[in-house]
Amino acid sequence: MLSIKNLHASVEGTPILRGINLEVKAGEVHAIMGPNGSGKSTLASVLAGREEYEVTDGEVIFQGKDLLDLAPEDRAREGVFLAFQYPVEIPGVSSTNFLRTALNQVREYRGLEPLDAVKFLSLMKEKMALVEIDQKLLSRSLNEGFSGGEKKRNEIFQMAMLEPTLSILDETDSGLDIDALRIVSNGVNKLKSDKTATIVVTHYQRLLDYIVPDYVHVLYKGRIVKSGTKELALELEEKGYDWIKEEVDSATV
Amino acid sequence: MSKDNQILEELTSKEYEHGWSVNYEADEAPAGLNEDIIRWISAKKEEPEWLLEWRLKAFRTWMNMPEPEWANVTYPKIDLQALKYYSAPKQIKKTKSLEEVDPELIAIYERLGISLNEQKRLQGIAVDAVLDSVSVATTFKGTLAKLGIVFCSFSEAVKEHPELVKKYLGSVVPMTDNYYAALNSAVFSDGSFCYIPKGVRCPMELSTYFRINAANTGQFERTLIVAEESSYVSYLEGCTAPQRDENQLHAAVVEIYAAAHAEVKYSTVQNWFPGDKEGKGGIYNFVTKRGICAGDHSKISWTQVETGSAVTWKYPSCILKGDYSIGEFYSVAVTNNYQQADTGTKMIHIGKNTKSRIVSKGISAGKSQNSYRGQVQVMKRADNARNFSQCDSLLMGDQCGAHTFPYIDINNPSAKVEHEATTSKIGEDQIFYCNQRGIATEDAVALIVNGYAKEVLNQLPMEFAVEAQKLLALTLEGSVG
Repeated sequence: MLSIKNLHASVEGTPILRGINLEVKAGEVHAIMGPNGSGKSTLASVLAGREEYEVTDGEVIFQGKDLLDLAPEDRAREGVFLAFQYPVEIPGVSSTNFLRTALNQVREYRGLEPLDAVKFLSLMKEKMALVEIDQKLLSRSLNEGFSGGEKKRNEIFQMAMLEPTLSILDETDSGLDIDALRIVSNGVNKLKSDKTATIVVTHYQRLLDYIVPDYVHVLYKGRIVKSGTKELALELEEKGYDWIKEEVDSATV
Repeated sequence: MSKDNQILEELTSKEYEHGWSVNYEADEAPAGLNEDIIRWISAKKEEPEWLLEWRLKAFRTWMNMPEPEWANVTYPKIDLQALKYYSAPKQIKKTKSLEEVDPELIAIYERLGISLNEQKRLQGIAVDAVLDSVSVATTFKGTLAKLGIVFCSFSEAVKEHPELVKKYLGSVVPMTDNYYAALNSAVFSDGSFCYIPKGVRCPMELSTYFRINAANTGQFERTLIVAEESSYVSYLEGCTAPQRDENQLHAAVVEIYAAAHAEVKYSTVQNWFPGDKEGKGGIYNFVTKRGICAGDHSKISWTQVETGSAVTWKYPSCILKGDYSIGEFYSVAVTNNYQQADTGTKMIHIGKNTKSRIVSKGISAGKSQNSYRGQVQVMKRADNARNFSQCDSLLMGDQCGAHTFPYIDINNPSAKVEHEATTSKIGEDQIFYCNQRGIATEDAVALIVNGYAKEVLNQLPMEFAVEAQKLLALTLEGSVG
């Protein structure tokens, strides 16, 4: 589904990603871990098409298409979803109105009829149950005055509505208490299928107790320096990242 | 990247939708401004002697008035002697019914999306169509007359209801109020007149659609709305003009009189030609709008969506004379490219327990300058007066400006006055967030801006709110890369 080859990217001339290679197949969950500043969130942003990041080398193929050649909105319409670490507030625009605009633009791109108000609302009802989100929250301005947990839950709700092929969760666990974490993870797990894939970017192992990864990759200094199964995450939880840093740093000297 | 540029190019090259003009034989006054021209206009309109005298008095005062320079706008001086002060299509005859109106003139309005055919029109809106200096047609006159409502062109009102016109003309905006109001009083040509009798709730929206067609002509219309005791009316004004290289002057006066327990809602969707991308051409919109809540418990509410004009200078105001009267001002002013807007309101509290509310939303893009200027004045005997003002500015890009000039003048210790102001920038983060959900950039901008302006747009009558939303999006297209 997703094939990243030798991906290099920089921000304002400073290289952040220095040759990422990653293969993600349908049905898989990949966790990207790593110390602060290793490039985890940059990778998520580059895949979604954020403009500040300049791709200097490499390629990303998503379902046979050159992802890097697509505008951010077209990547979304092709089925790439990014759950933001810091969801943005848009005053005066209700979540409902926002999502309806989004969903219908995605549908138009895929050659589908726009959903009318009735069908849209019944779809919303169905997906609301999935992430235990309140209707009242959705009639308020998007993310404005939402608590941290409400914002993250709203991200997963949007993901449920848009039914992406590839979901990238960027530090979705940050700022969540244990109940919110459970609700958000449940939502993600229910949305998983053998046709979709998930990339979970996280600093802590905690989230991976709930969303169990098939593969764990450790990012350090813009490269994947170690890959393994979920046991690797446990090892990292126990030993921290220092041993990996040492391993890598001594090898490059 | 290349695709982005292409979209940007397409959007920025999009032209002003109503920039076309039509050739028709016009009955025009010669260029220039002097007493003879004023006599000429008055004679053309077969006006009574008192009105001519009124005009001449305004003109003589105006000649000694300096052109105001306090507004935060800059523009080359207008050569008022080079303008023509009257221009009317020759096809206009003294028609009594809509059927007799020249189809060519009706076609001009059809092209603007304004149907003057009563059968085809949405129920619930009566239109007075003003082209250059004259009213072309007024719809639903008969239906309204049955309720005692007068809705007609100003010229017709002078002929048919001289006592009303004489009583109220200049009663809210005195002829010598300011430079442009005085000029308007001297040379005004047409406009709308509306009278709602005691206890009548006007069953449909009344609207005037102003269109400037002729070149080198100023449009000076005058609107007078009188709402008698316990009556209600909602009024809407729309305007467009052809795309011309030279600047054109539009100096209107609107007066509203509300008696006890009367309510008048006045909405404007202003879409005059704003000038081109380089700031060439466009309308100078120098307008005086004022309402008086003369009776107790009366209410006047102004809502404006200002998207057009090269230079806007406009402060719809309320004089809250009656006890318990209410004044409201809701405004969205958008400027793009080289547009300049200096707009706001005045709330003058005279009566006891009077209330006013100001919500102003400025949006600046391109190289434009957008100023809010507002005055809240509480007079000595206005016990328990209350005002709430909120002035927000939204900036798009880094070459535009937003300015706020609030003036507060309190002469009664029981007054409560609140002022809130915010300035924000449309964030790349917000746009990217929308993009990531599949929303294209121009739609994202429209969504964000409409959300920002929602509180004001909600005040507009339903169908105009939809129009206004589209207009906002259109005005700002291409302003974010």
